[in-house]
Amino acid sequence: MNGNGNELELLPVDAGFRETPLLRVDRLVKRFGKGCAYCRETANLIGGEEDPESTLPKNRCPVCGSVIACSGISFDLYPGEILGVVGESGSGKSTMVRSLYFDDEVTSGSMTISDYKEGKANLFEASAQQKRYIRNHLMGMVYQNPHMGLRMNYSSSGNIAEKLFAAGSFHVGNIRGRAGELLDRVEIPLNRMDEPPRNFSGGMQQRVQISKALANRPPLLLLDEVTTGLDLSVQARVLDLIRGIQQDLGVSMIVVSHDLGVIRMLSDRTMVLKEGRVVETGLTDQIL
Amino acid sequence: MEVRPVRDVSFAMEPGQFLGIAGPSGIGKSTILKCIYRTYTPSSGSIVYQSQLFGPLDLAAAGERTITHLRKNEIGYVSQFLRVIPRVSATDVIAERLLAVGTDRQEARSAAQTMLGRLNISRELWDGFPATFSGGEQQRINLARAFIVRPRLMILDEPTASLDRRTTEAVIELLLDMKRQGTTMIGVFHDWEVMERLADRILELDGAGSARLRNANAATSEGGVQHG
Repeated sequence: MNGNGNELELLPVDAGFRETPLLRVDRLVKRFGKGCAYCRETANLIGGEEDPESTLPKNRCPVCGSVIACSGISFDLYPGEILGVVGESGSGKSTMVRSLYFDDEVTSGSMTISDYKEGKANLFEASAQQKRYIRNHLMGMVYQNPHMGLRMNYSSSGNIAEKLFAAGSFHVGNIRGRAGELLDRVEIPLNRMDEPPRNFSGGMQQRVQISKALANRPPLLLLDEVTTGLDLSVQARVLDLIRGIQQDLGVSMIVVSHDLGVIRMLSDRTMVLKEGRVVETGLTDQIL
Repeated sequence: MEVRPVRDVSFAMEPGQFLGIAGPSGIGKSTILKCIYRTYTPSSGSIVYQSQLFGPLDLAAAGERTITHLRKNEIGYVSQFLRVIPRVSATDVIAERLLAVGTDRQEARSAAQTMLGRLNISRELWDGFPATFSGGEQQRINLARAFIVRPRLMILDEPTASLDRRTTEAVIELLLDMKRQGTTMIGVFHDWEVMERLADRILELDGAGSARLRNANAATSEGGVQHG
């Protein structure tokens, strides 16, 4: 309120609004089990919107009994947006993000990222090499369990160096400098950067994971139950950190959690999953 | 179950105006505000907003992406409750809003502190955590968070509800200042006196489901005080 004029200071008309989604996931289906002719044929039907009155069991194939963890999940994620994903245990939240990060191979569906081949290539059909590129450059993943995302016996800086190395950075000085920068951003004291994460507390391990995920400045960060299992004050710190990173770097995020408080504080939009399908989606304050 | 708090309410406001909404509790004052902010989606009808980026836009039908953008940049909302991440200092909680629209961190923090000073929050609290503040202080943090981005349209849901006399004065001062700068405002106040000092026009809702729009001074002469 400088009070130096009567005119309302107007924002530049563009003001960072982008119409094209960064990530577009269409009809993602993930089935566990061998599957049979029936569920292959009706894979789209089981999760799809074609037949809301269908009497098929919600997330099981009625013939062979395979579990369909994600049945036809579709959503868009826009640049700089935080999408919260909530749902009870077994609703397919984690399977969804793991599929997006190529940890699980999907049964069908498509995913495009606007930064990769102008958003025209279906990433689920990419070659192993392309997937590796995408995982290293375009996405970061933070797992609930730090053992999944970190090598516990390597130094913390080594963990980050691994990511940088994979992206084609071979100068040791540069790698160390960047690793220090990243660890500093997540408030890990620099005199501990050569310690392995197994010496760290759970909250610190989670923060190392975050910095590792951000190593190559990806436009998209996937967070799978990051704060679960941490005590409240550490949770708050991790949340604050995530929020700060989002503001500084403008990365888009998918935040999976069953803690509604976490979702309420972080996300712009929220998607509710139940039995492998999206039951509700909307602005966070509309849903919670 | 179906509750219909609001039915067939129509009104229009000019840019730069202040519209107050009055009526007994449970009549749907806050519901109207929440529909405008799109916390609730209206069952029917339209809310046309003259957006700076998108031009005329029906908020009732706009996409989520559009709404999140408008909330960040054009439409502000102040309620009685403060919901923020615990263990973030008051200054940062407020500066956060400016960072979201691309202001430099140092600049945002100093703007936030200016705002805290204006709202009579003592200097010792600037680095304190809002979750530990008193109700009135939290309320002021909430106001500061909304005011700092200088939205084009400001939605106020009882912003002076738990404030003392002196702070209410400061808030009114701030609101009038924003109005002078051209912000359009729409608000619900339980304090009739505050409403009268701020509002250009008042929308009165009554139990029969009808709404009347009148000028603020006309409301005084017709003894609208009982609605306070």
